[in-house]
Amino acid sequence: MKKVMMVVMMVMVMVSEASMIEQTCKETPDFNLCVSLLDSDPRGSSADTSGLALILIDKIKGLATKTLKEINGLYKKRPELRRALDECSRRYKTILNADVPEATEAISKGVPKFGEDGVIDAGVEAAVCEGEFKGKSPLTSLTKSMQKITNVTRAIVRMLL
Amino acid sequence: MTKEVCSNIGLWLLFTLLLSNYVADLEASHHVYNRLTQRSNTKSPSVNQPYRTGYHFQPPKNWMNDPNGPMIYKGIYHLFYQWNPKGAVWGNIVWAHSTSTDLINWDPHPPAIFPSEPFDINGCWSGSVTILPDGKPVILYTGIDPKNQQVQNIAEPKDLSDPYLVEWKKSPLNPLMAPDAVNGINASSFRDPTTAWLGHDKKWRVIIGSKIHRRGLAITYTSKDFLKWEKSPEPLHYDDGSGMWECPDFFPVTRFGSKGVETSSFGEPNEVLKHVLKISLDDTKHDYYTVGTYDRVGDKFVPDKGFKMDGTAPRYDYGKYYASKTFYDSAKNRRVLWGWTNESSSVEDDVEKGWSGIQTIPRKIWLDRSGKQLIQWPVREVERLRTKQVNLRNKVLNSRSRLEVYGVTAAQADVEVLFKVRNLEKADVMKASWTDPQLMCSQMNVSVKSGLGPFGLMVLASKNLEEYTSVYFRIFKAHQNSNKYVVLMCSDQSRSSLEEDNDKTTYGAFVDINPHQPLSLRALIDHSVVESFGGKGRACITSRVYPKLAIGKNSHLFAFNYGSQTVDVLSLSAWSMKSAQIS
Repeated sequence: MKKVMMVVMMVMVMVSEASMIEQTCKETPDFNLCVSLLDSDPRGSSADTSGLALILIDKIKGLATKTLKEINGLYKKRPELRRALDECSRRYKTILNADVPEATEAISKGVPKFGEDGVIDAGVEAAVCEGEFKGKSPLTSLTKSMQKITNVTRAIVRMLL
Repeated sequence: MTKEVCSNIGLWLLFTLLLSNYVADLEASHHVYNRLTQRSNTKSPSVNQPYRTGYHFQPPKNWMNDPNGPMIYKGIYHLFYQWNPKGAVWGNIVWAHSTSTDLINWDPHPPAIFPSEPFDINGCWSGSVTILPDGKPVILYTGIDPKNQQVQNIAEPKDLSDPYLVEWKKSPLNPLMAPDAVNGINASSFRDPTTAWLGHDKKWRVIIGSKIHRRGLAITYTSKDFLKWEKSPEPLHYDDGSGMWECPDFFPVTRFGSKGVETSSFGEPNEVLKHVLKISLDDTKHDYYTVGTYDRVGDKFVPDKGFKMDGTAPRYDYGKYYASKTFYDSAKNRRVLWGWTNESSSVEDDVEKGWSGIQTIPRKIWLDRSGKQLIQWPVREVERLRTKQVNLRNKVLNSRSRLEVYGVTAAQADVEVLFKVRNLEKADVMKASWTDPQLMCSQMNVSVKSGLGPFGLMVLASKNLEEYTSVYFRIFKAHQNSNKYVVLMCSDQSRSSLEEDNDKTTYGAFVDINPHQPLSLRALIDHSVVESFGGKGRACITSRVYPKLAIGKNSHLFAFNYGSQTVDVLSLSAWSMKSAQIS
């Protein structure tokens, strides 16, 4: 009987924990993206709202790192885009060196508005980079991903305000 | 022979002076960098700095946010502020410190409070000064402890005979107030202690911003000795739905007149006092205040009729303005307001230029005759920076006209203009849907003609108006056959810069003035900031702009009228402003 109770409890706990991610993601602009990002992270199932926000900021960091790598690769392949790539490099370095650390410290310490600032700015920097290519960007897919992730992250950070 | 000896001694003295200065600086910076572990990533501000202010307070480099613990002590004004020694975004925050004799020119000192103990090892956040009855100033501030919890600590001057109060010591009794299982305070929503005040019972009271879910509240603590504090069962005030209450401020104002009132004062024998509660709302990033009465028995703030302490309350400033805080200036018997204005540029721009954040010019603040709002006006000391006055009198601004103001350094100026409107009956009628002044201003830019307006100033403008920031009025009839009017004031940044990545949001406010009387508009212009005051301080709007063309000598100033009806400029005075010593 005790074992049955334990299993029932575990199932209930598991179900309600999945609901935490689902409940949170329902209030964001992209439920599916939100759930897939948080479910795929081992920390997701036991995180509170702050924890979920920090996971997503980590994803922003990962995406920015990936995009910076892509930018570096493009110098050789598309040398005519040098000026735009320089600007983009600056912008993505700002995301990594300024926005992400600021948002991480702010959310960890309970002053989420600076977290929101950092997340919003990550979206701005990505948009400015994209604009440098005047419609012919080789990074559009990565930019779009960044916009989507920052929108979802911002919605979760705003829940902490 | 004597001359030679003298000049040698002179040189030697100079050398020693320089050397000791250098050594002192080393000691000071050793203090700060001791505790900090992250690598610095700010460049030194580069030579090309078109956006740094000439007379608005800002540190030489890096990020600044909230003004902290403003006070006057032994005739010297102190300003502390949240500062990041390591970069141009928020982080690694310490209490930086400057002093002044006139609220305009400032001398920097080493940071006064920085992480050093468990009770503040992860951050030294905002707080306030209380001047104790014996004249000693003490600081209450929020510290972040090893568990990233928000706690309240006390610091006092190490040496009261130092008029600059450079060094501060922290009590081993810290933290004095902390969240625990008993008080149930939310450990990540408990910060920004105010100046404390004394009650009838000789007990001190202080409030701290907090929230419980979406209920914003001001938690009250009381104390007999300023060291042992007890949480009151009820908060001073709260509001459901407004979210976290940051940077609360609670102070008395005199009902009639403009003089300041000391925070613990009960008023003069025949004086009527009102109280003001102010909060910064995390949710909207704006500062709001309400006027009301202080129930000293129940320790409750009761807003006057028509006031609710939430996002519908009046704002000090309808532009970029946050984390504001007042102090009672005992030297000049006035209450003075400080407010932080952040950047409207991207973080990459901030990192590139090496700094972020300014303070507005301090404002004297008092209750309007009507009792329904506070009036703010830049402290008179700023007028000492005025030079080279240009005066225009009795100019007519026909529909679709501009008038350039020559002879002034348009990027660093103080302008006051008085407009007179002729045919008020030609004003358009307000639409019922027009309830939000900010929306009205952003939906109707200067090219949209009203009966009366837009008329006002174009500042930080390029010669051919590729770039300009417009601050202006529109006047509407309240209803079709009404003789009541609505005056709208806008600060429009949408054409302020050819640069795309700035925040160019338009700001707006209703101004409670009678347009039968001349309409006053003042603008403090300072390279990348415009502080606008409508109706002699009834509505204030601060904005940040970053023109590419309208910089320095290429910046122009115009009065304009794009409305249908003619408007008169009764007077326009513009002054070139000297630069202040800000760091």
